[in-house]
Amino acid sequence: MTSVLKLMGMKSMNSKAAKTPLIPYLFWILLFVIAPIALILYYSLLDLNGNFTLANYAKFFTPIYLKMTFSSFWYAFLITLFTLIFAYPTAYLLTKTKHKKLWLMLIIIPSWINLLLKTYAFIGIFGLYGPINALIEVFGFNPKQILFTDFSFVFVAVYIFIPFMIIPIFNSLDKMNPSLVFAARDLGASAWTTFRRVVFPLTIDGVKAGIQVTFIPALSLFMITRLIAGNQVITLGTAIEQQFLVSQNWGMGSTIAVFLIVFMALTMLVTKQNSKGGRA
Amino acid sequence: MKKLSATSKAYLVFVFAVLYAPILYLIFYSFNSGGNMNNFESFTLEHYQAVFDDSRLIVILINTVIVALLSGLIATIIGTLGAIGIVSIKDKKMRNTLLSLNNVLIVSPDVVIGASFLILFTMIGVKLGFASVLVSHVAFSVPIVVLMVLPKLLEMNTSLIDAARDLGATKRDILTRVILPYISPGIFAGFFMALTYSLDDFAVTFFVTGNGFSTLSVEIYSMARAGISLTVNAISGLVFAITVLVVIGYYFINQKAKSATSEGQR
Repeated sequence: MTSVLKLMGMKSMNSKAAKTPLIPYLFWILLFVIAPIALILYYSLLDLNGNFTLANYAKFFTPIYLKMTFSSFWYAFLITLFTLIFAYPTAYLLTKTKHKKLWLMLIIIPSWINLLLKTYAFIGIFGLYGPINALIEVFGFNPKQILFTDFSFVFVAVYIFIPFMIIPIFNSLDKMNPSLVFAARDLGASAWTTFRRVVFPLTIDGVKAGIQVTFIPALSLFMITRLIAGNQVITLGTAIEQQFLVSQNWGMGSTIAVFLIVFMALTMLVTKQNSKGGRA
Repeated sequence: MKKLSATSKAYLVFVFAVLYAPILYLIFYSFNSGGNMNNFESFTLEHYQAVFDDSRLIVILINTVIVALLSGLIATIIGTLGAIGIVSIKDKKMRNTLLSLNNVLIVSPDVVIGASFLILFTMIGVKLGFASVLVSHVAFSVPIVVLMVLPKLLEMNTSLIDAARDLGATKRDILTRVILPYISPGIFAGFFMALTYSLDDFAVTFFVTGNGFSTLSVEIYSMARAGISLTVNAISGLVFAITVLVVIGYYFINQKAKSATSEGQR
């Protein structure tokens, strides 16, 4: 595991760096970064009675857990995809507005409203007697339960994540030199080609950052699944919460957490930024 | 600059409408005497009254604010010192190791953070409640403070420090009179981010809070699981008002800081 390698790196450094400001910080890293990961690994190897076992890992590879992992990935993928589809044009158009910083601010404000409150709003909006169903009735259809479906789950998740996707894309679009676009157009590229060959590649870092802050949390959502999706959708996050707080099976919960950490590391690798120097 | 086309404008309007509609919807029905979020009967402030009359809710609100302020403060101190320490490390490899360790908690799913902290506190024997919540909030806020302070430290001209030393400043003077004033915008931004992280956190708190202690997020979760309650709507009204005020305040402080630094550089 990388964490072990990092741990070794830490030790050699601790002996050399006798810098006082670093002490509380290193203490923090040891206690709240390294120890928790180590504890999760340790607990994943324990059964309910505290004996060492690999049974939890074996259990993870049974169809029930594999299916859950797969569906969790599928939902996270859908959420990320829709978030990107809606966020990119928004970010692009925002950079073209006159008071772009102000408009970006207005995008950010909803992200500062407590997550629980926003989710709670959708319980009312998607409810059987809520405004969406009222609208459906106006068009002559029968109202139906939108809450507790996978549609409502994906919609609410996209709603929650969209500001976090817009911000990095906006920043990378904003940094882009506009003359590159003019140059492409002058050289005869169509609007689509310009976007595909110039704009998008230049803003790929923003997109990657946006995917990072959407995909990983989407894999581990549990509050939205509980409130909005009922028991329709089970994600890795829901499973961990279930194992830890309901079944009290910390071993199995830790095992799922280990896999979640692995998936997270893989996502980070895939979306790694190409550092182009110039940064200290 | 080209003007936006009508479709582009319509799209932006659509996005903003969808972003704000749920929030406005909540606030609108917080004034509903009907007791649900479907039919608006008549205007009332009774749900706001209910929030202020519910002493348990008020205690939870105070707890939430205390945890946010305290954890923000402690995390800012640890994080700022950490950032200064990281910058002083010459070895590039070590520095990068520390930075990647720093980012672990930022990218970690909050469920994993919550679960692992729960194990940690149980192992050490920390009683779940105020202390465990406060410590976890400090823990997940430290890295963001480091990330906010670090760029300021890196852009700082090292000759400032050399000059101070040549002029006879002690190490302490250099820290308090040269470095800290220079990086103060980063420190403020870090503190502010730590505050919002703490106020917004649900998952980690949910894992490490015991029976007796609750923050606003956890309380709203249990209220929302029980069904619609317009008290929650009234809370959203209050939270929205406070958020907007804070954002405006932060925006102006930022503008001021920016103009101050740009003037300083001139």
